[in-house]
Amino acid sequence: MKLESFEKRDSLLKVIAIYAVLVLMCVVTVYPMLNVLSIALRPGSRLFRSTLEIIPPDATLENFKRVFTELSYLTWLKNSLIVGVWTTMVGVLVSAFAGYAFSRYKFAGKRHIMTGFLLTQIFPAPMLLLPTYILLTRFKLMNSYIGLIIPYLAAAIPFCAWTAKGFFDSIPFSLEESAYIDGAGPMKTFFKIIMPLSIPALGVISLFAFTTAWNEYIIARAILTKKDLITLPVGLVNLMGQFNTHWGVYSASAILTSIPVMIFFMLMSKFMVSGLTLGGVKG
Amino acid sequence: MYQTKKWLPYAYVLPSLLILLLIVAYPLGYGFNLSFTNMSLNTFFNPKYIGFENYKTIFANGELLSIFWRTIVWTVVNVFFHVTIGLWLALMLNRKLPGKNIFRVLLMIPWAIPQYIAVLTWRGMYDFQYGAVNIILNKIGIEPIAWLTNSQWTFIGAIIVNIWLGFPFMMMVILAGLQSIPNELYESADIDGASGWQRLKNITLPMLKPIITPMVVLGTVWTFNMVNVIIILVQNTANEKTHILVTQVYRSAFTYFRYGYAAAFSVVIFILLALFSNSFIKASKGEEGVY
Repeated sequence: MKLESFEKRDSLLKVIAIYAVLVLMCVVTVYPMLNVLSIALRPGSRLFRSTLEIIPPDATLENFKRVFTELSYLTWLKNSLIVGVWTTMVGVLVSAFAGYAFSRYKFAGKRHIMTGFLLTQIFPAPMLLLPTYILLTRFKLMNSYIGLIIPYLAAAIPFCAWTAKGFFDSIPFSLEESAYIDGAGPMKTFFKIIMPLSIPALGVISLFAFTTAWNEYIIARAILTKKDLITLPVGLVNLMGQFNTHWGVYSASAILTSIPVMIFFMLMSKFMVSGLTLGGVKG
Repeated sequence: MYQTKKWLPYAYVLPSLLILLLIVAYPLGYGFNLSFTNMSLNTFFNPKYIGFENYKTIFANGELLSIFWRTIVWTVVNVFFHVTIGLWLALMLNRKLPGKNIFRVLLMIPWAIPQYIAVLTWRGMYDFQYGAVNIILNKIGIEPIAWLTNSQWTFIGAIIVNIWLGFPFMMMVILAGLQSIPNELYESADIDGASGWQRLKNITLPMLKPIITPMVVLGTVWTFNMVNVIIILVQNTANEKTHILVTQVYRSAFTYFRYGYAAAFSVVIFILLALFSNSFIKASKGEEGVY
């Protein structure tokens, strides 16, 4: 390796120490996933073993097959997708509207509303969940998708609206101005000019809204009790409750459930960071 | 900026605002009301007002104080390690270092993985006999630990899981902050012959402060409110003394169905949070320019 590819002031010893620390920390972050993989690959008869090998010598895909044959995995998947897609579609639309108002207009109470959006994030879920739960029961919305989608929207909107605002700020106003001069109304301008220019930002907030719904367990567990309505998180946590019988199938379904989300998440992570540092990015 | 009709911006904000009011503001008021009733599973449709009885139960019961201290330990220890580990790794990744992008992606995994799956996975790794943690401890000659049956160890285990979950986010945010520090500052420090420590103390940390401060506040709120880790870790175990304030509320409501009591407990938490949110607002003042 060429020496110029390191900091000039670093000694060889320091470079080695830095690599050692980074490798060690990577082992810590990667190992749990490898552990799940290793358990998922074990044959059912030899699930419980005190070994640390990642790929067992008798590796088999049996557990992955059992996910689809023995569990209601496809039902959970369907439920999670319905809730996730609705949360994303409605969440992105209403947040984009709110972000647009925050970015383009001056109006009384704007600062308070924007701060209020952020403040909703400090309330712990259980605190809001109990009254919501009672309300949903009263309105007979327990065990319904909509009863779950509304809380998820509330969880996703503040971040999405702020991120959208930050992005709209970077779009020059002159583009809309010419649309107005050509006689386009506000709605037409929004959908024909602003939205197409904002596809990267809309991608980030879609992903955020979707993962909010896809990964949520606490609210789903309280609101969904019917077996054929539960989402993936509830299904998987219940599985793990029967640790002895289902460790292998659990591991296989955990891998199937998390890998796609993780890949998307990593691709988007840079934009998420800029969104979360609250408009720290301009552009 | 331009003005057309006065009501237009409100129409844009309205859908979001309604959803937030429905799920945040309304439940807050309803919960406050609920905290003065004896509502439970049996009295669900005919709850009675019982004044401050629920609050008396909470304060008479010495449990509140111990849960409160446990919550403080939980929050302080977690946030401390999130920030220090995050900062430390970010400083290393901000150097010229071949392969650092691979490290960055691998170090991000705990943030990218769905939280409940991470906790369930750790739960499997904490298994007394077949879990990876005890197997590793055994290899280096340490007695196996009863991670899931001893409350104290479960709490320590929960902290380890939550540190693991939280430091990658801090690392990413701090790394973004480090990259925005202009290089000239370091160049002139080099000319002045500053040592590595002096560069860190006099340039890096002060320049990072506007980013780290709001993140510490946000991290504190997130950690204080973290339900997943403890609830999933202690599920189906007999651990009583592992709970923090928010998980205690969740358990009172959804395991014991003591709705009035749980609501009163929520109000107590709300007052604590209101005190803290002062600093939240102060910290977000740094963002004034974005309004």
